[in-house]
Amino acid sequence: MIKQQFEIPSGYKKWTYGLLAVGVVAFLAGFFFLGMSKDEHDQTRFWAVLLQNSLYFLMVCNAAMFFICALTLGHSGWQITFRRVPEAISAVVPVFSIVALLVFIGIIMGHQHHIYHWIDKDAVAGDSILTWKKGFLNPTFFFIWTIVTLGTWSLVGRKMRQLSRKADEARMGVEESKSYIWNNTVWAAIFIVAFALTTGSTVPWLWLMSIDAHWYSTMYSWYTFASTFVSGLALIALYIVFLKNHGYLEYTTREQLHDVGKFIFAFSIFWTYLWFSQFMLIWYANIPEETIYFKSRLQGAYRGIFWFNFIVNFVAPILILMTRGSKRNYAVMTFMSVLIILGHWLDFYQMVMPGTVGDHFTLGWFEWGTLALFLGMTMFFAGRALTKAPMLPKYHPYLKESLIHHT
Amino acid sequence: MTIKKFVVGSFDDEEVLFPAVKKVRKAGYKIHDVYTPFPIHGLDAAMGLRDTSLHTAGFIYGLTGLTTALSFISWVLTRDWIQNYGGKPHFSLPAWIPIMFELTVLFSAVGMVLTFCYLCQLAPFVKKHHFHPRATDDLFVMVIECTSKTNVQEAEAFLAAAGAQEVNVQLAEAGWWLGRYDMEKKLFDNKTETVTA
Repeated sequence: MIKQQFEIPSGYKKWTYGLLAVGVVAFLAGFFFLGMSKDEHDQTRFWAVLLQNSLYFLMVCNAAMFFICALTLGHSGWQITFRRVPEAISAVVPVFSIVALLVFIGIIMGHQHHIYHWIDKDAVAGDSILTWKKGFLNPTFFFIWTIVTLGTWSLVGRKMRQLSRKADEARMGVEESKSYIWNNTVWAAIFIVAFALTTGSTVPWLWLMSIDAHWYSTMYSWYTFASTFVSGLALIALYIVFLKNHGYLEYTTREQLHDVGKFIFAFSIFWTYLWFSQFMLIWYANIPEETIYFKSRLQGAYRGIFWFNFIVNFVAPILILMTRGSKRNYAVMTFMSVLIILGHWLDFYQMVMPGTVGDHFTLGWFEWGTLALFLGMTMFFAGRALTKAPMLPKYHPYLKESLIHHT
Repeated sequence: MTIKKFVVGSFDDEEVLFPAVKKVRKAGYKIHDVYTPFPIHGLDAAMGLRDTSLHTAGFIYGLTGLTTALSFISWVLTRDWIQNYGGKPHFSLPAWIPIMFELTVLFSAVGMVLTFCYLCQLAPFVKKHHFHPRATDDLFVMVIECTSKTNVQEAEAFLAAAGAQEVNVQLAEAGWWLGRYDMEKKLFDNKTETVTA
């Protein structure tokens, strides 16, 4: 039997609500024991963990829309049979935008200067480097640019999803197909340009790099992009395997999974390339104001996480995903996707924590609980978005290309 | 150097070729090869060819390149010709990684090209028999190798029934030999079609 419309399986619901329950309990406990604590260290831990998780999941879900737009611009047809999966994942972006905005408000209005050192006006006044960066690192610009960014992601993403829904309605003629594809191309191009100006450059500097306000790296944004894009691809692969196992996506074959696997493999290596390029230049130049970033990561408390991160996100993908068979195998792809999503979550952890909570970090109940909360939210909203559209855009002009796709 | 007998069928449509390949294999004929003007997805699977091992070879060449680079640089810079570069340790791995990467790519790329040429028997002056000159233009040419048990007339009839436009029997060299194509007269003398402007 062909299942056109997604109905959430009970196992999925159980996991979603389980994760949400654990997450909400952890969040409430965290709020009362850490967020409301008199101890500044506890407060910093609370906000740093929320910042890490909200930004990670926001950018991972947004990477799904980047995936769609990049492939649309490339006129690729192979993704049409499972296109509703990245669409559903990207539908979570508005939710996480609001969450991220609340976290930013909490940090900046709550004057959490251990997170963003530059919100402390007295410190900035007596600091020539921060004074020089004041035009970029100030709350007004931060909020304006953040709201512009989140709004653009949400609205252009919504437009792309609406365009996709048009392919459900009726068969299109040649001229109609042409203008449909052209429309898609234009909106995808708008998204890509917006994405390049935000995720590709300014936004990671503003949201994450400004934690280490004195330090800078021009590669940082690309590094963040690579990290979240590969996790977004892993999330798409997870959903494809899950839906295939539940009898959906009957036209998405191992050929499509193989290509998603190639993407994961390639972007794991791309991430490593940026990881190494950022590291090597700083290591070579050996300028104290730059090497300070790697001091706590390479020689301090984060040493273990730093190298574990490298093994999980580079050594494992390159060795395991190299063969053709592993990219076409559901079990291996599931394992690798989970590994990569967790690996890059840890990557974000080691990006945020050394500059905020410092060497006294704990990877304890609150960190894992918040991860559960955000995973549960992703599953809840992505699952809900999946139920709202047919699984196959059956009148899409490129559908045939996807059906006969062969790697 | 062995001369063998082949039954050659030319198809003008890949839609006809695919079922024909399946029928011919099912009937138990031995397909020598199928020559097509362009690569056709899925034809290798239809012909029952196994996956290539070229990528395994590439992985091994890559590892060889990596090992070569690492062992050579570390030998030079820690034993043979020790120098002080900006106070860095003699064994400074990060600085070598770009070179290790380059040699990995170089070895695997060059190695795979040469292996590919070897597997396809491609080299300067290596010549092979052309079953039909239009296989590089617009015809899909299926070649059946005759064994002692093959009934040639039956095979010809079978190919024609499967949709071949032209069927003929050729006695030809199965392997390769050395020669020069620009010295070859036969290919240019036998015109296969007349073009009128």
